[in-house]
Amino acid sequence: MRVPLSWLREYVELPAGVTGREVGEKLVRAGLEVETVEEAGAGMTGPLVVGKVLSYEPEPQKNGKTIRWCSLDIGKDEPQWVVCGASNFEVGDLVVVVLPGAVLPGGFAISARKTYGHVSNGMICSSAELGLGDDGTHGIVVLQPGEATPGDDAIELLGLRDDVLDIAVTPDRGYCLSIRGVAREAATAYGVELKDPAALTLTGSGEGGYPVRIDDAGACSVFVTRTVTGIDPKAPSPRWLQQRLVMSGMRPISIGVDVTNYVMLELGQPIHGYDKDRLSGDIGVRCASAGEKLMTLDDQTRELDPEDLLITDDSGPIGVAGVMGGASTEISESTTDVVIEAAHFDPIVIARSSRRHKLSSEASRRFEREVDPELPRYAAQRVADLLAELAGGTIEPDETVIDTHLLPKRITIRADHAARVAGAPISVDETVAHLTSVGCVVAKGNESGAVDGSAEMLTITPPSWRPDLRDPNDFAEEVIRLYGYDNVPSVLPKAPGGQGLTVSQRRRRRIATALVGAGLTEVVSYPFVGDADFDAMGLPADDPRRTTVKLVNPISDEEPSMQTTLLPTLLRTAERNVGRGSSDLAIFQTGLVFLPRPDAKPAPLPAVTQRPSDEEIQALYDALPDQPLHLGVVLTGARIPTGWWGKGQPSTWSDAVQVARTVTASVGVEAQLRNVELAPWHPGRCAEVSVDGKVIGHAGELHPKVCQAFGLPARSGAVELDLDALIAVGPQSVTAQPFSSYPVAKEDVALIVAAEVPAKDVEAALAEGAGELLESIRLFDLYTGEQIGEGKKSLAFALRFRAQDRTLTETEVAEARQAAVQVAVDRFQAVQRVG
Amino acid sequence: MSGPNKNYDPVEVTPLHADEVERTRDEALDAFAKAADLAALQEAKLAHLGDRSPIALANREIGALPPQGRKEAGQRIGSARKAINEAYAARLATLEAEHEERMLATERVDVTLPWHTPQLGARHPLSLISEQVADVFTALGWDVAEGPEVEAEWLNFDALNFQPDHPARQMQDTFFVEPAGSGTVLRTHTSPVQARSMLTRKPPIYVICPGRVFRTDELDATHTPVFYQVEGLVVDEGITLAHLKGTLDHFVVSMFGEGLEARLRPNFFPFTEPSAEVDLKCFVCRGASVGNPDRPCRTCGSEGWIEWGGCGVVNPRVLQACGIDTDRYSGFAFGMGLERTLMFRNGVEDMRDMVEGDVRFSRQFGMEI
Repeated sequence: MRVPLSWLREYVELPAGVTGREVGEKLVRAGLEVETVEEAGAGMTGPLVVGKVLSYEPEPQKNGKTIRWCSLDIGKDEPQWVVCGASNFEVGDLVVVVLPGAVLPGGFAISARKTYGHVSNGMICSSAELGLGDDGTHGIVVLQPGEATPGDDAIELLGLRDDVLDIAVTPDRGYCLSIRGVAREAATAYGVELKDPAALTLTGSGEGGYPVRIDDAGACSVFVTRTVTGIDPKAPSPRWLQQRLVMSGMRPISIGVDVTNYVMLELGQPIHGYDKDRLSGDIGVRCASAGEKLMTLDDQTRELDPEDLLITDDSGPIGVAGVMGGASTEISESTTDVVIEAAHFDPIVIARSSRRHKLSSEASRRFEREVDPELPRYAAQRVADLLAELAGGTIEPDETVIDTHLLPKRITIRADHAARVAGAPISVDETVAHLTSVGCVVAKGNESGAVDGSAEMLTITPPSWRPDLRDPNDFAEEVIRLYGYDNVPSVLPKAPGGQGLTVSQRRRRRIATALVGAGLTEVVSYPFVGDADFDAMGLPADDPRRTTVKLVNPISDEEPSMQTTLLPTLLRTAERNVGRGSSDLAIFQTGLVFLPRPDAKPAPLPAVTQRPSDEEIQALYDALPDQPLHLGVVLTGARIPTGWWGKGQPSTWSDAVQVARTVTASVGVEAQLRNVELAPWHPGRCAEVSVDGKVIGHAGELHPKVCQAFGLPARSGAVELDLDALIAVGPQSVTAQPFSSYPVAKEDVALIVAAEVPAKDVEAALAEGAGELLESIRLFDLYTGEQIGEGKKSLAFALRFRAQDRTLTETEVAEARQAAVQVAVDRFQAVQRVG
Repeated sequence: MSGPNKNYDPVEVTPLHADEVERTRDEALDAFAKAADLAALQEAKLAHLGDRSPIALANREIGALPPQGRKEAGQRIGSARKAINEAYAARLATLEAEHEERMLATERVDVTLPWHTPQLGARHPLSLISEQVADVFTALGWDVAEGPEVEAEWLNFDALNFQPDHPARQMQDTFFVEPAGSGTVLRTHTSPVQARSMLTRKPPIYVICPGRVFRTDELDATHTPVFYQVEGLVVDEGITLAHLKGTLDHFVVSMFGEGLEARLRPNFFPFTEPSAEVDLKCFVCRGASVGNPDRPCRTCGSEGWIEWGGCGVVNPRVLQACGIDTDRYSGFAFGMGLERTLMFRNGVEDMRDMVEGDVRFSRQFGMEI
């Protein structure tokens, strides 16, 4: 809502000299969202005066232009001589002349200057030059005859200097979509009287106006028509009215349309004007029938929905109620008799129609937020008065008034309710005063005027323009905002003792810290993916990760799905980084993945008047996809760069697997690994990661085609783990084990086994055989080659033995070693390698 | 060596003469002093302290002296030996020190050289700031609550007093989940976590809810369809707007420094009544830039205050929908955008930097914001 300060001043006696900025600040403190304050014409200084064209000489120039050498009466003894490039004026016209010494908007300083062989003592101004925007005339501003006298100050005449407050009206403050509403707030903020623009004398008879029939009284509780006949359709809207419309962001069109728009801005009541001659029969209000169509004022033919509320006449639909009128009955340049409609429509009906037709009009924006139901008669009167005054019409005393609207609901609340909500000492008198100033009628006591129980009570009738005031807290807000939020004290509440972060929250932090310690950098990306991502990852057609949660209205049609794996977006992030020159990358991301439940039913919409039943709550949860927290990692380029220490090392499959080990270890869990084949990994270099017997993800080298598809260096690695599953198996608490201070005995064992036997399994066999004297075991060498034959590998382990209570004898150690080897021999046909 | 002088014949033995002992001692001291390195010192030690050294030989002669002469000669030789030993030890220490010093000097390295073990990586600043917020509130005894990102429409809107056709519902451009009518959306704010908290916990409830939220905005320098919020919720007996202010003041000080405060401006949100916008006193100029063209402030645009988020007293209708006794309990809630917080707190100029995943962005922060 754009509010010119000059218009506001008409209804509120603001202190003299107060600026738009200051008023804006006051309104902000009162709860209006003043987004900007424009200072129209700021920096402009006169003399800017009205001139009357006395004579002009057209003078063709060498450049093909014809200039006019004009003499003007500017209210002085001698005419003013100026050069003008425009030609849309005649002798006798009133024009706007800027004189030497003046400054036009944009800091354009005017001086007498020589041009086209004359000394031009100023300039005749166009609309754009005056800061009013292009008026489409391609020429200078020509005033209406008699509108002013030569020599008049044009800055004041044209209202060029004004501040305009742009207010973003919140949905609860529909009444502030009007000068009247903002003026009310300004009057309260400055503690001055409001001159209510709706306080008009009604001249209508209350009956016999243009006939109206309402079929759906629930959706239309008030309908008023007034008729004005014999207006001059050619009568121009007066400049002040046009100027206010322009400042408020609307385009002047014709006197009939301009007046209805003006009254809507002033009072907040949308008005529709019909050309009486184009109406046939009674006006009706009803819901649309299936298949009905209407061409609206914007020349679009709209298919109507049975839920659309229509205005009709005998010809059929002539408007979508409260949203937009139809083209067939609109006021035109030949309209002389106007039927004025001012009605009250149900906000939800209008909101739905507006959304259905993707048509947000000035009218619908107001009706959606609910308009004062007591306004229609006054608004119709105001339109009629203005048409009569400005376009010479005659107001017919007959008037149709259908009014079934309900009176605002009274409410009784504790007198100290606002004080209790605020936690501030707001007295009952203050409470009453503030409520009264917003328009409430307040009576002490309950409905019957009695004191209710121990607490003092107030019975409040909210004003007709505040349908948002329903609950005790709504009234409390009005009182507290006027009391001043700044005056409310600051008190830190004492929470009962908490337990800090949950185990899961602590572990997530620890995982992230461990990853950073291992040199990885956290990134974020959007969770949106598409089939192209899955194709690039080489996922087979039946891969479960292709079954996604889809969006009805995605940002991009290419990415309609929520991620089921973090890798596509992370690989794209890696690609972007590589493209930007960061080719040695180790990045990670945590985020939810979205796994549809095949049996999910739509989420219910329980009533909001009470807690939903446990079944309803469960149904809400069950309607959602599973959303486990995943970790994704991509490693690419060098893990160790080449440097003065020697040659670098690329990151390999084993770096990726090591990341998985780091992650599980950081929450106290050992990862179990085994080779599997799974896209997008290299079929021979993918580790399935399990903890506590449950698969939680995969790690390894990416398939060469995947590296290629995402533009990453060959042999890039990736990891994806389900962190929720990992965190769930972490230890509840760790029990300390005693450790021995007796000497350690070290033994090395080298075993030749078939190449496909996992090293971890051989290690487990040795450990099993070695028994409880074994303190630790570590693979320290891996050899394949001629010496041991094809299809074989040699694994060398370092074993450390130690007892809790004694120094081990050589015999004990030798026996334990032999027992260890024996299990490996039995289980894997391992051959001990000697020498 | 002479045999024992059993006849008490006071034989004069040359090596035991006082001046001879003195000379022997001086020669040893001189040799040690002249030894230029440890090898030369060892040689000199052999010559002057070894079994065949003059002082050792002289010592043996003592036994040949008559008893009355032994004491004096013994003392003379003893003190000379002591002097020689001490001189040796001192010289040894000196030379060893010199040797070590020379050796260490040759081992000098350039400590500014880089090394190959992985450098510390970095967290994303959005994670760091959301953890910092969580820490501020857990220190107050609050819990950190979380919820899913695909959320039931009822929890995202209806339970929070967003009525189906109310314009407020249209203000948050919502991603809807297929099929249309599934009753599920991408949560448009972290507020459904508040509703979940109220449905699953019993008052007193003190929770802070950080999380990722979604709205159908196009990505530009100040908007992103995917962003992070943090919301707080308190439901307890006797909770007032004053408690909200106190909490926000504490939050502001914790995040931006001592002496700062929050300011509330009336506004509208469906789930709170009364509602307010939260402004934060500018932590850079602390208001000094207001009306002072000589000291403009980029952080607050010389307004003195920075818009930070929204807040209010929980609308009793919300408590009601979540089954909380509104006669007994009241609450407050607040919420702010973390991207925006980072933008003004840490000088991030472009929203896109935060969502594109360029590692250079995260690395500027490391593990600290």
